[in-house]
Amino acid sequence: MERAANAAPAVVVDSVSKTFRLPQERIHTLKERALHPFRRSRYEPLQALREVSFSVRRGEFFGIVGRNGSGKSTLLKCLAGIYRVDSGAIYIDGRVSTFIELGVGFNPDLPARDNIVLNGTMLGLSPKEARARADAVIDFGELREFEDLKLKNYSSGMQVRLAFSVMIQVDADVFLIDEVLAVGDAAFQQKCFDVFNRLRDEGRTILFVTHDMASVKRFCHRAVLLERGELKLIGDPGLIADNYVEVNFGRDVGADGERPGEGPRFGSGLAEIVEAWFEDADGAPQTALPQGGRCTYKMRVRFHEAVDGADLAVLFEDDRRHPLFATSTSDNGKERGYDAGQDVVFAVRFDNVFAPGRLYASPWVVRSGGTDLLDRRPRMISAVVTGTRSTGALVDLPHEVLVETRQPGAPEAVA
Amino acid sequence: MSATSIETAAPGRQIRGPSALGGDFRRFVNLTRTLAVTDFKLKFFGSVLGYLWQLMRPLMLFGILYAVFTHVVKLGSGVRFYPVVLLSGIVLFTFVSESTGGSVGSLVDRESLVRKVHFPRLVIPLAVVLTAYFNLLLNLIAVFVFMVASGVTPTWRWVELPPILLFLGVAATGVAMILSAAYVRFRDVRPIWDVALQLLFYASPVLYPIEKIGNDHLERAMMMLNPLAAALQQFRHAVLDPSAPSAAAAAGGAQYLLVTLAIVIALFGLGFMYFNREAPLIAEEL
Repeated sequence: MERAANAAPAVVVDSVSKTFRLPQERIHTLKERALHPFRRSRYEPLQALREVSFSVRRGEFFGIVGRNGSGKSTLLKCLAGIYRVDSGAIYIDGRVSTFIELGVGFNPDLPARDNIVLNGTMLGLSPKEARARADAVIDFGELREFEDLKLKNYSSGMQVRLAFSVMIQVDADVFLIDEVLAVGDAAFQQKCFDVFNRLRDEGRTILFVTHDMASVKRFCHRAVLLERGELKLIGDPGLIADNYVEVNFGRDVGADGERPGEGPRFGSGLAEIVEAWFEDADGAPQTALPQGGRCTYKMRVRFHEAVDGADLAVLFEDDRRHPLFATSTSDNGKERGYDAGQDVVFAVRFDNVFAPGRLYASPWVVRSGGTDLLDRRPRMISAVVTGTRSTGALVDLPHEVLVETRQPGAPEAVA
Repeated sequence: MSATSIETAAPGRQIRGPSALGGDFRRFVNLTRTLAVTDFKLKFFGSVLGYLWQLMRPLMLFGILYAVFTHVVKLGSGVRFYPVVLLSGIVLFTFVSESTGGSVGSLVDRESLVRKVHFPRLVIPLAVVLTAYFNLLLNLIAVFVFMVASGVTPTWRWVELPPILLFLGVAATGVAMILSAAYVRFRDVRPIWDVALQLLFYASPVLYPIEKIGNDHLERAMMMLNPLAAALQQFRHAVLDPSAPSAAAAAGGAQYLLVTLAIVIALFGLGFMYFNREAPLIAEEL
């Protein structure tokens, strides 16, 4: 029997719901209970999971993503058997190992070897197995010379290394991993990735809760997006990652973005920038702009008095006030005069090559050929560029990458 | 393939959430042992004299009580091997006190485990009882040294020792299950149990021999309802001094001891039922 794609699923989650009762006033002592015998403790129900269903195939690397409080950690704890589900059922085929935190059960007063046994036993090894693997763990963690040191004398990096080394020694068919990657330095994270790749290649099933969309896209075969305890989307990691970014940023635009008319403004007031907004490729106003997509910046300008010649312009900045791009009517030979009371819409259509993050627009109107500012609205509006390709650079231009291999003495070859 | 469709309908096992025992018995035993051994080891680490302190506590208590009750209040007069009777009483009481008192906060103290790993919850209080057993065994070595020094002669009746210790352990486990689970909800359990332990100490023939209790059988029989008292009495009779009344004799007949046994079984059963009911919710209530 080989592991075909249509083999029995490794994990089945069947309309699972979970509600926590958050006590409003907690009765902690018998006295309180005795004084108020008839007062039912009042609870505020918090529905952490609502009818969540999905299944994970054997050998699949499966991401669970969502905002804080979306229920993803609760889901993982239900899968791990730490919380009991209120309704629905969870089935898991095979041995499960849970990594909600690295180094569960570690005791600071014991040396490495004892902690390996302790942690290994908690994670499902027998003490004998754990002892047999202690050397492998110590070697993998590169902790040989600190073997006899008590854990409290370890640096935090060493503790993490030890914990991670134990974790990968645990044989399990299904791994449940919660944001383990959030800790550790770059080198450690790389090590995590290497191990995940190996586990994936070995056909282990991995369920992985994370905020890091880059790793979701890099490792997961599929993912689910949870929002307020409900399964919002399931499928391709790229799709999930894009939706996650939108869910994350789409909502709070406007909440802390500067509203028109509220920011500082400069100029004589002969003309007024009344409003400004971004549109997507379909011409719908948007506060979130997908990276790489076509979009439009628009602003409406009202001229209170006739102006012989006026130049309309806009500057895009990122949230660290780096100027990214500027353009104007004069740059494009579209400068002209306007009558009093005239309304003008100025539009800039562009390919969104900006890096993910907040994009600010600072428009202005100036009298032609001069410095007579009619109106300027610094950082008048903003939108969020959504995307997962974050290179650290300000823009992400369309490009291609070539690698040339040259053998000494051999004719040039292009790969 | 028909087998596949059945598997798809119910693949693997259902994850039912946390429980007291869990399905895998070997894992249960392994975890209990590992936690208990670790706790025990920690007593050695960290302090210079290590295990000696563990031994010192009952010995110091013994020294004080011995001085007071042989020289000031002559309670021990007329009791054969009074020092050993006193010491063994203290050691057995220490076991009960450590196992039950230590279990009270055990679940709360191990919060990080309970909230982060799936394992049978009963492991935690049980590990406390097991650690107390380890200490008891080492303390009993000191008792035996005293016995030899005092001239107690070994008899075949020493085989009663394991059942006595088991009897006491079952009672302590029952109480430990109730206390640890109740403490998650009610923090008053700790002071209440501290007082209860003191009561238990004086309600058991540790300081005084049972012979000094009244003349009527009723009082002694009532006393023997206390499992610790019965265990101590039987220990004294079987291990130290066959001429001392056995637990059955003190209770006025073996049939009365059945009531004590029933109490212990009820404690254990009740404790398990309560713990089992609370176990799935412990992680959420902490």
